[in-house]
Amino acid sequence: MTEFNDAFLTAWQLLALSDARLSAIAWLSLRVSLAATLVACVVGMPIGALLAVGRFPGRRVLIVLFNGLMGLPPVVVGLLVYLLLSRAGPLGQFGLLFSPEAMIVAQAVLVTPIVAALTRQVIADEWSEYREQLRSLGASRSRAAATLLWDGRFSLSTAALAGFGRAIAEVGAVMIVGGNIDGVTRVMTTTIALETSKGDLPLALALGFILIAVVLAINAVAYALRGWAERHWG
Amino acid sequence: MITRRLFCAALAACSLLAAGASQAQERFITVASTTSTEQSGLFGHLLPIFEKVHGIKLRIVALGTGQALDMARRGDADVVFVHDRAAEEKFVAEGYGVKRQEVMYNDFVVIGPKADPAKALGRDILEGLRRIEAAKAPFVSRGDKSGTHAAELRYWKAAGVDLAAKKGAWYRDTGSGMGPALNTAASMNAYILADRGTWLSFRNRGELGIVVEGDQKLFNQYGVILVNPAKHPHVKQADGQKFIDWVVSAEGQKAIADYKIGGEQLFFPNARR
Amino acid sequence: MNAWLTMENLGLTEGGTRIIDDVSLALGAQRTVVLGPNGAGKSTLLRLIHGLLHPSGGTLRWARPVSQAMVFQRPVMLRTTALANVVYGLKLRGLAADECERRARQALAHVGLERLAKRPARLLSGGEQQRVALARVWALEPELLILDEPTASLDPASSREVERIINEIAASGTRILMTTHNLGQARRIAEEIVFIDRGRIAEQTPVAEFFKLPRTAAAQDFLQEEMP
Repeated sequence: MTEFNDAFLTAWQLLALSDARLSAIAWLSLRVSLAATLVACVVGMPIGALLAVGRFPGRRVLIVLFNGLMGLPPVVVGLLVYLLLSRAGPLGQFGLLFSPEAMIVAQAVLVTPIVAALTRQVIADEWSEYREQLRSLGASRSRAAATLLWDGRFSLSTAALAGFGRAIAEVGAVMIVGGNIDGVTRVMTTTIALETSKGDLPLALALGFILIAVVLAINAVAYALRGWAERHWG
Repeated sequence: MITRRLFCAALAACSLLAAGASQAQERFITVASTTSTEQSGLFGHLLPIFEKVHGIKLRIVALGTGQALDMARRGDADVVFVHDRAAEEKFVAEGYGVKRQEVMYNDFVVIGPKADPAKALGRDILEGLRRIEAAKAPFVSRGDKSGTHAAELRYWKAAGVDLAAKKGAWYRDTGSGMGPALNTAASMNAYILADRGTWLSFRNRGELGIVVEGDQKLFNQYGVILVNPAKHPHVKQADGQKFIDWVVSAEGQKAIADYKIGGEQLFFPNARR
Repeated sequence: MNAWLTMENLGLTEGGTRIIDDVSLALGAQRTVVLGPNGAGKSTLLRLIHGLLHPSGGTLRWARPVSQAMVFQRPVMLRTTALANVVYGLKLRGLAADECERRARQALAHVGLERLAKRPARLLSGGEQQRVALARVWALEPELLILDEPTASLDPASSREVERIINEIAASGTRILMTTHNLGQARRIAEEIVFIDRGRIAEQTPVAEFFKLPRTAAAQDFLQEEMP
């Protein structure tokens, strides 16, 4: 397994030298995926809460739909967003294709159903506990949804993290809408794909290790913060 | 409400991150090109030289030739830089391109197991392919409508091998880029048609080596085309033309000739001026 | 005694079971305690009156519209401070922010929790949480306060404190309608006892009379079992 040894060695070298190109690529990955996760949370969490609390026709259909869309293939999302943002597409005049913004859009589309579906789960559990109290105090359903979103913020961090994990790990969508342009839209996963196709498997694997380390670090920080917050607020 | 404030601060920070993701407006053109030019490192070599002279950045989107031309048809590129003459001429004839100019050539090589079970070793590409087919030796095809794939199909035809009839388990249609196809060939110890540049910069060679090279027929011509502003008004005509003029100029041609891997020249400038 | 609430043939059926069975009842006392064995339908009746459940038959008629609030066996505390929990109820009534805060602080002072106002509500003891819940409804100044076993999961000291607060709220003129398992508490708080058995009203009796000699056999059995 010389590849694994080489990969570890390469990963350490890249980190030890704090390779400028690597850090630029890792930073872009983080920025794009964090921004996409933020958008997905702003859109997906209210949707999830309303699906949990609301009573309207088609609610069950929407729940099944969002649960199903959690498994959206990134390539399909990439292709859809590509066709939307392409000059020949409906949003072509903004010239967003092959930009970090396009990647944010694609990842946000990919991640929103995940955030919405997980939020619905969290809020539905809270709703069964809070329902009578909130209704007794006179909260409307939309007000209750907002209250539960704020009250469930620590549990909801898991939904955000799941979305972020999906965003930063996917390659299919960003490859298509970003174009993997060196210095502009090249992120960790597209770099890994590129190095793999160049046959530099140890380098590709080393970048993979670094990506995993970054994701683990973010999860560890989030976990610690959540633990602190839960101890503080009960 | 300390946590609420913290929470808002975190939100604000994330929004700033998102805003930061948008690059400051810089002068650039988008070039739809092929994996062979990108992965061989040629563009990495040309980009800084051109930028220094003209202050224009090149954003290279590397795809197969077929995909690159489709992308340009949709108006998503300013310039195409590809290698499939027939497809390029069709692109111009359809009105999507202004004019096709030849820039350089490289050559294809047949890569195969060093042990050469099909006895394909030599200079003659057509004879080599016939022997591979006769031995039913494993052969990996790109199968992705790229320039290399188009060339491979032309060679089979010229060699008199009717793929439709002879295709069997030995012929693996992978539908992938040059690099992934080479990875597949390396793991299967199969023959494959590759461009020399990608092969030279390819690391995961396994037991493979060059089997056929040097045949005139293996020369692979690259062309550069400005996407027609009449079809897509947003095309950066002036800057795109600047790049085309530069790449066919004496200076640009020399830059191409100067690019070497391990002392070996990969691309041979042949622009007609 | 003028009835402030009249129920006629009220029923609630769930999954084929009649939880509330043809209840006709007029409530007129200022402090009413509903007693009955487990599963008799006490909580359900309270929820029907509060509007959390809809009857499957019969009518509920209020003499005039009455503002009401409810306290549950297990108080639901939002993940914020005790003060903000009290403010939350007021905000839902559309009061201005400073008025909310003023009334919330006052209510917390009434329940003796002023010094814990800024503490995270969920980290308070069970008794303190129930007192925050009482402050939350007290601040709303309801005309009718419904309490469902408010001391069932509390220790005796907390239980006495909660009882004291209920008495104070009652003294301020708010009508009390509650259930409890604590017969001593029922005796101390109630003017009138409504005894419910298997979804039906068995009897409605003034408190002194009920504890001396209930009119129905079911209530007699109940008292015997509960008071050894």
